[in-house]
Amino acid sequence: MSDTQLAITILWCFIFIYSIAGSIDFGAGFWSMVFSRRNPHAADIANRFLSPSWEVTNVFLVLLVVALVGFFPRAAYVLGTLLLVPVSLVLVLLLFRSAFIVYSYSVQKHELALRIVSGVTGLLIPGLLVSVLPISLGGFIHMSQGFPQLEFGKLLTSATLYAHVGFGILTELFLSALFLSDYGREAGDEQVSQHYRSIAVVLGPLALAMAVLATFTMVPEALWIVARMQEQSLWFLLSVVAFAIGYDALWIRRKNGRKGWLRLSVVAVILQFALASYAYGRAHMPYIVHPDLTVEAGFTNHSMFVSLLWGYGFGTVILLPAFILFWWLFLKDKRYLRTK
Amino acid sequence: MDNVMLARSLFGSSMAFHIIFATLGVGIPFMIVIAEILYQVKKDKDYATLAKRWTKGLAILLGVAIPSGTLVGVMLSLLWPGFMEIVGQVIALPFQIEIWAFFLEALFMSIYVYAADRLPPTLRILSVIFVAIGSSMSAVLITDAHAWMNTPSGFRMENGRVFDVHPWAAVFNPSLPTTAMHVLLSAYMTGAFAVASVAAYKLLKRGSSERERSYHQKSLFLGLLIGGIISLMTALSGHETAQMLHEHQPEKLAAAEGLFETQAYAPLAIGGVSDKETRSIKGAIEIPWALSFLAGNRFDTVVKGLNDFPEDQWPPLIIHTLFNVMVGIGTLLILASAFTIGLRLLTKRPYPRWLLAGPLSMIGIETGWVFSCTGRQPWTIYHMQTTASAATKAQHLGSLFVLFLGLYVFLLIVTAVVMYYYFKRHPVTFDGVEGVNGEGRSL
Repeated sequence: MSDTQLAITILWCFIFIYSIAGSIDFGAGFWSMVFSRRNPHAADIANRFLSPSWEVTNVFLVLLVVALVGFFPRAAYVLGTLLLVPVSLVLVLLLFRSAFIVYSYSVQKHELALRIVSGVTGLLIPGLLVSVLPISLGGFIHMSQGFPQLEFGKLLTSATLYAHVGFGILTELFLSALFLSDYGREAGDEQVSQHYRSIAVVLGPLALAMAVLATFTMVPEALWIVARMQEQSLWFLLSVVAFAIGYDALWIRRKNGRKGWLRLSVVAVILQFALASYAYGRAHMPYIVHPDLTVEAGFTNHSMFVSLLWGYGFGTVILLPAFILFWWLFLKDKRYLRTK
Repeated sequence: MDNVMLARSLFGSSMAFHIIFATLGVGIPFMIVIAEILYQVKKDKDYATLAKRWTKGLAILLGVAIPSGTLVGVMLSLLWPGFMEIVGQVIALPFQIEIWAFFLEALFMSIYVYAADRLPPTLRILSVIFVAIGSSMSAVLITDAHAWMNTPSGFRMENGRVFDVHPWAAVFNPSLPTTAMHVLLSAYMTGAFAVASVAAYKLLKRGSSERERSYHQKSLFLGLLIGGIISLMTALSGHETAQMLHEHQPEKLAAAEGLFETQAYAPLAIGGVSDKETRSIKGAIEIPWALSFLAGNRFDTVVKGLNDFPEDQWPPLIIHTLFNVMVGIGTLLILASAFTIGLRLLTKRPYPRWLLAGPLSMIGIETGWVFSCTGRQPWTIYHMQTTASAATKAQHLGSLFVLFLGLYVFLLIVTAVVMYYYFKRHPVTFDGVEGVNGEGRSL
């Protein structure tokens, strides 16, 4: 494997981890808003997951940016210029969301209003983040005075943007509902678990359909990726199989009579995401932004790359026990999960 | 305003906002560690209560500090793509290591807040120590990138391209030790004075019980003692920083001190305004020989003046005033805490008038940081890359600037209101300490 391939693979891993963790995090915030009055137990489970984990999830976002700048500094140059406005909006929403989550737990008086802000912003952020995909495919960029600029008018009036945003939001909600269903069962609250399970049952096929729609609304300049994706049809097929397994598992009856093999379902759907995003990434290679910016052109120098690899290796090994402790304390320990 | 000025304004205001929360996010965990240890040593439950309440305040502050830190981190790439292109090739390591420090802080902060009652005391103290280590490491590593901008090393530039990269040489650039120490100490000092200010404010109120007064007095004394000691250390490290400037960034030192003529036995100018026209400083109190001594520990040290540098490479002369404010506040804080503690030891009655120590040290931090970055102008990377060539060419900066500025003002107000109401609604209680999160609700 060449340096650039290794680097883009590591970056892909980070993007993948953040897309899963971020979806669950933002989605949990949204469900906690929706159910704060109607189903306090369901909101409570969402909060119990969210409270200790949002900071850690947020660090993964920073990790993404740092890894991009470190591995592909010239790509950071182009992307920084192109994405100024959409990413700035994400930042505004992120600041709002995190601040209001903390406020809403500190001030009981206006709790609902504060929760609505954190819930709605949590819905918008993944939508905006996913809008990076159609931009990276080309068709919305023109050069002015030798610098790439984003064509907002064209972007905002294109169907593919909205298909992508819809896809981002639906997968966020599907994944988080599925996860919370499993988390609810772990916490011993079967009612909440079934509640989230039924949401996942509705949202799963919708998210899948939206992914297909996003592919077929591509602008002419981005059609190259549709052709490339067809070359990866084996991977996409596997991903659909993984989805089918995960979705069917929602109906498997467990020995104790509970409906849905939820753990299997969560694992299979995450596997589906991995397969589909891997296939998409392969089709996207070697372009970071089509057609001007390739991974080769964006890559850093060899000595920096080697130092970075050591850094990531060391950091992971040192922090692994902390992650395991964290996972045990907040996702496994019944004393935390079952406090009423 | 042109694009470069807009980019600087937007980034500057974002940093000015973030730095408030970031500094407290480094300083307060340090105080919590001290309170937790004192609790174990003295077995006085008041210290556990202090740790618990500071943690709650810290949690609210981190709700803004963490996303605003994310914001400035991402904004670096958005507003300074030319700069980040070089950063990525030369000084990516501190940013990358900082991620692990950030993880350490976030993981153990959650563990300390939400799992304290499930952990044995040693693990509980260990987790808050990890939080403090994580946040301090973050501060040092980000300061490393800043230090590298002032004294770039570990690479060679030719025709705008980067060659011969030595990542670790860039990390250990000449100004790292002094700058990092100064930033770290001033953050601890601000954390200590911030809790002292809160305690002093509480003591000013009438009608509080004897029990409450003794609790707040412990907090005030602890804050003043630690703040006082560290402000002295901050001053010493500031002196080292000035000597570092003398060696590596002479025009910055010259502008900071308002010195135009290169000379031995150079005087130290306090106050006054540097005048570009006459190339002299007006209205300043001058202490003969003092600057030479400060710069090189000898009165015959030759200190370079601004006249030795081309005028288009001068830093803005206003930094003389910023420098004076920073140093003035530092001096005031040392005197104030020494005086108050002295008074307490003599008369056994603390005077809670120094509640301005917290806000003052925050102003000191802000001016110090503006001084350091403005004093580097017109360079982003000293003598390597100008700010103008680092800035983005993207449009829409003006409207973003207005949007973000409004957001910062709004969040500053809301955060203050939330803090005020939270602590008003949850007054200090002394009936036992049940875990750090013993206030009934999860965060």
